Amino acid sequence: MRPAPDSQDPLNINREMPFGMTQTDRLLPVNTAIERLEAQVRASLQRGELDNPLVVGIHTGGVWVADVLHRALGCQDPLGRLNITFYRDDFNTLGLHPQVSPSELPVGVEDRDIILVDDVLFTGRTVRAAMNELFDYGRPRRIALAVLYQRNGRELPICADWIGQEPELGEDEQIHVDGPDPMTARIVTSKEAQES
Amino acid sequence: MAVKFVRPKIPKFAPDPWAIQFDDQGRLRHLLTIEGLGPEWITRILDTAEGFVSVTDREIKKVPLLRGRTVVNLFFEASTRTRTTFELAAKRLSADVLNLNLATSATKKGESLLDTLHNIEAMQADMFVVRHEQSGAAHFIARHVAPHVSVLNAGDGWHSHPTQALLDAFTVRRHKGDFTPLRIAIVGDIRHSRVARSQMHVFNSLNVGELRVIAPRTLLPTDVEKLGVRVFHDMREGLKDVDVIIMLRLQRERMESGLLPSEEEYYRLFGLTEEKLGWAKPDAIVMHPGPANRGVEIESSVADGPQSVILEQVSNGIGVRMAVMSLCMSASATGDA
Repeated sequence: MRPAPDSQDPLNINREMPFGMTQTDRLLPVNTAIERLEAQVRASLQRGELDNPLVVGIHTGGVWVADVLHRALGCQDPLGRLNITFYRDDFNTLGLHPQVSPSELPVGVEDRDIILVDDVLFTGRTVRAAMNELFDYGRPRRIALAVLYQRNGRELPICADWIGQEPELGEDEQIHVDGPDPMTARIVTSKEAQES
Repeated sequence: MAVKFVRPKIPKFAPDPWAIQFDDQGRLRHLLTIEGLGPEWITRILDTAEGFVSVTDREIKKVPLLRGRTVVNLFFEASTRTRTTFELAAKRLSADVLNLNLATSATKKGESLLDTLHNIEAMQADMFVVRHEQSGAAHFIARHVAPHVSVLNAGDGWHSHPTQALLDAFTVRRHKGDFTPLRIAIVGDIRHSRVARSQMHVFNSLNVGELRVIAPRTLLPTDVEKLGVRVFHDMREGLKDVDVIIMLRLQRERMESGLLPSEEEYYRLFGLTEEKLGWAKPDAIVMHPGPANRGVEIESSVADGPQSVILEQVSNGIGVRMAVMSLCMSASATGDA
């Protein structure tokens, strides 16, 4: 996958922005990050750290990254998708997220090595929810985490095993990943970032 | 002496009697009737249910969404299927569930509905699932509950049974996809059926191609055509080219009240037998809200046959009720934020 910039709109200025966010000109490289991530995972596989892993992406950005990894690594089992909507810990403040596509794990997770994939690792809450959901499907032998971007701002003791890029962001900044074809990533600022 | 009809006062903020279902930010808070939901909310509920139905296929059939919430089943009228599926739905969302069978307790001791309500509210309940033999009971309760409490109607009198209609729509959508080209026939006691009334609203909201009702004249409400249906009194005509057949339960009381001559005659004319099923499209599905009277409105071999989706309706009911519960709790959970 080669994210080609839209010739009409190279900075994606006309793309829909989440409410309250403003456009900055800080685009993050996607291709190099994916290549680095892929190389790290491949090296781990060659060292025999994982046995016939199952690739599972977290909706929605994580699934795009997982799809690229899954194809590049030539995994035998189909790609898994997790929708962690029902496991989020912010139901009390945000209610039910409108995202509806259900989780799909075509292969059982019991006693398997799992590569969990997300686009951005920020607070760690999404990964916590994803692990909780995975355990409701069975008991994996091992879960390893691959993220395209690992940024500062963790609120839980979670860190990634493989990282595409590690940008340092301000407290009022967020990484917004768009995709799947082409996949783009940019840093956006939000006055509401701390509240949300 | 004729009782003078007094039009109930409708508060200024509620232009429609069913507007009470939404909070001031337009979020679903109570589910009392299908009316007023519109195709957007109905579709949103069905889409959300799709996610929950997949939870049911897993090893651990539970999600932590409503952890710490209390759901109270307030059943003033007997029910097995509806109460248990509501209970299972709440448990699969990790809520605590309290089942109150009020048909046999409080009201018999002379406690008023409001007193019962406030007592249960004092137990820090977050949601009431209400079934009552009087039409409008759930509305009445919704008007009087504390602001954080949601009310779901699990059937009130002859009026409404919204979750049943939603699970029927969900089942039809899973089998047939798009609603617009479909012909759906509802067969049986339309007049006394809250299920039929809610089904008419749901299928018309979803713009179904043609909605038919097939029933003897005595079992049809007056002006039934105004509910947007084509009326048939003959099964052969009514079932022609139909994609979905929904059979309704015939209550024995109807015979006693003289609306029907006998069960045998009803079965001969309106009971869904294999022969009559042959008059519909070959891929037609057969539905029934349950409990089915075999040999009264449906032949056993049809109820258990390959075209029957009756048991699937029951399973889908759990997912649909999970969706409605979490959407309604979502509004009260987030308050005014």
